Amino acid sequence: MYKIISKRFLNKAATTMEMVVEAPLVSRKCKAGQFIIFRLDEFGERVPLTIADYDREKGTVTIMFQPVGRSTQMLAELEAGDSILDFVGPLGKPTEVEGLKRVAVLGGGVGCAIAYPVAKAMFENGVEVDMIAGFRNEDIVILEDEMKKSCTNLYITTDDGSYGEKGFVTDKLKSLIEAGREYDEVFAIGPAMMMKFACLATKPYGIKTIVSLNPIMIDGTGMCGGCRVTVGGKTKFACVDGPEFDGHQVDWDELIRRNAFYKEEEAAEVNHVCHLTGGVRRHG
Amino acid sequence: MADMSLKKHPMPEQDPLVRNKNFDEVALGYSEEEAIAEAKRCLNCKNKPCVSGCPVNVHIPEFIEKVAEGKFNEAYYIVTKTNSLSAICGRVCPQETQCEGKCIRGIKGESVAIGRLERFVADWHRIYGHEGEIPTKPECTKGKVAVVGSGPAGLSCANALAWRGYDVTVFEAFHKPGGVLVYGIPEFRLPKDIVAYEIGKLQYNGVKIVTNAVIGRAMSIDELFEEGFEAVFVGSGAGLPKFMNIPGENLLGVYSANEYLTRINLMKAYLDEYDTPIKHAKKVAVVGGGNVAMDAARCAKRMGAEVCVIYRRSMEELPARAEEVHHAIEEEIDFKLLNNPVEIIGDENGKVCGIKCIKMELGEPDESGRRRPVEVEGSEFVIDVDAVIMSIGTSPNPLIASTTEGLDTNKWGCIMANDELATSREGVFAGGDAVTGAATVILAMGAGRKAAGSIDAYITAKHAND
Repeated sequence: MYKIISKRFLNKAATTMEMVVEAPLVSRKCKAGQFIIFRLDEFGERVPLTIADYDREKGTVTIMFQPVGRSTQMLAELEAGDSILDFVGPLGKPTEVEGLKRVAVLGGGVGCAIAYPVAKAMFENGVEVDMIAGFRNEDIVILEDEMKKSCTNLYITTDDGSYGEKGFVTDKLKSLIEAGREYDEVFAIGPAMMMKFACLATKPYGIKTIVSLNPIMIDGTGMCGGCRVTVGGKTKFACVDGPEFDGHQVDWDELIRRNAFYKEEEAAEVNHVCHLTGGVRRHG
Repeated sequence: MADMSLKKHPMPEQDPLVRNKNFDEVALGYSEEEAIAEAKRCLNCKNKPCVSGCPVNVHIPEFIEKVAEGKFNEAYYIVTKTNSLSAICGRVCPQETQCEGKCIRGIKGESVAIGRLERFVADWHRIYGHEGEIPTKPECTKGKVAVVGSGPAGLSCANALAWRGYDVTVFEAFHKPGGVLVYGIPEFRLPKDIVAYEIGKLQYNGVKIVTNAVIGRAMSIDELFEEGFEAVFVGSGAGLPKFMNIPGENLLGVYSANEYLTRINLMKAYLDEYDTPIKHAKKVAVVGGGNVAMDAARCAKRMGAEVCVIYRRSMEELPARAEEVHHAIEEEIDFKLLNNPVEIIGDENGKVCGIKCIKMELGEPDESGRRRPVEVEGSEFVIDVDAVIMSIGTSPNPLIASTTEGLDTNKWGCIMANDELATSREGVFAGGDAVTGAATVILAMGAGRKAAGSIDAYITAKHAND
């Protein structure tokens, strides 16, 4: 059992939650870019989530998520002091920070929860980091203070212009590049569609672009093969070969299709929470 | 005088057309009377060829003699002298190529039903056998050993080490211990409460099991030594699924057998109260002819699909255990033999709608002695399916080898181990599928047990030199 130490919503609209979980075996070695898999209770799915932060001394790991699916909704219902049945990690390969001098890190919406630790790891390693964080509107902005402390320059964009600059992260990135900013690499982390467009934006400039993929998976150790993605024409397992890949090599359309495979079942499951059980299955 | 009837006493089974719609156990097991009657078919012959056919050398005629006498508990303790997981082996071992394959009675007629008797004895003990003498386990005084993986190899190694007086901790990456016994082999072939019972026994005997612990990520082998473990046994299995590398393998509705079986067995997608999503495909093609392919096909049938097995050789070469093939045929699974997939076909939404195969014929024998399948030119045809399960084998997971310096592997990624199951790293032993590549439960158990002996010798010698 893995105890929940604290939880809070990260934005006004209460769309993204931060949860700190006691998981000493995960926190002792985890690094930016790696993920965990949680299973709420005996009946739960195994759900992968990227590690947003950790405290090795306290033995805790921080996860950030949008309670939109059945499992994450039920997770969000738990309180500090409650426990999660299973919490395994760290899984996947960590972000490679060596050898970089100047990078741009793009975060899309809740993807900022994953982009933030990557930016932080770079910044702490002496890399100059331009962080571009994009949101639909002001109400769902997350981690502004945290990101500010973990990069050289922070740019916030909103689709409707209600906060920061109006536009998409890719617009901001292009304008920075056009203004003469040079990057060794770009990191784009967010929904698959946002990462796809970020890669299209950097391609003409020939800037290597790393993306963090979060496909459907079960075990996270290379066993099920459910998370296979086509990268550079070859099949890779995101859980062990990734989750970070060269975005210019990724077959985005296939990935987007594969991620939507259980959409109908998931929608049915969410209804199940609301109408039938009315909430959470408590343990025991 | 032995019962000289030529046939095994049949074991009661669920009706094929009933069981292919449920996940309850197929074979129901012998009654006491049936077990005694079958035991009386054993000649108790002097050479005991059956024992040499068993990878863990169960004292077969001795235990069968006790069954014939109705002394089931005594029979059980004879089995457990060399096999700690008899309820499991009785159900999943390929007896026809092992003990029963060597049985003298099999020369003229059917062999003694050794597997069924082993299962009977273990089941009887589980239900009734706790009276009378329970052997006592020695104290954990000889040192700490870590076991990586809680499948058949790891469990048998842990058990043997505990009985030799070691303090054993088993590390499992999944949330539930048992390895392939829980994620791979379906409930209808091996009920999970039996696996849980065997693991409970191990814990009762002092073996600690840590789940959700991915060795190679959360901790390295080197860190296990730093934690005070004096030896490590790696029994991490062969979990990495192989694909054919034909067009269309990433279409929606193509699964590895591992994924399909894990969703159903470990994640219990067949039970409503579990959240695990699964597609209810209408027509499923399973590619491959091993036990895993049979398991996947029979699961898909139970999930309501029409199922065919596509295998490139003929029935004679089909590698699955005879009983599984027999059961699969009874359950109305269609065997499309001498066919090989060349492409999986998708619709405009990227979903599987067919599998293109080419007919094969058997040519000259290859290195394995089996006749090599050769494509019949121009014989391609399409089978309409909405799901494909690839079950063409697995290879060892590279996670441990790639994070352990100095641990040698061969070109297939298998950990190299010598006859004593010692690896290239001092104090690190390995066995089971991680060393051999995908094989059977019983071979892995045999390796785990053997490694326990080597680990005992290694630590004893090390302490003597201290």
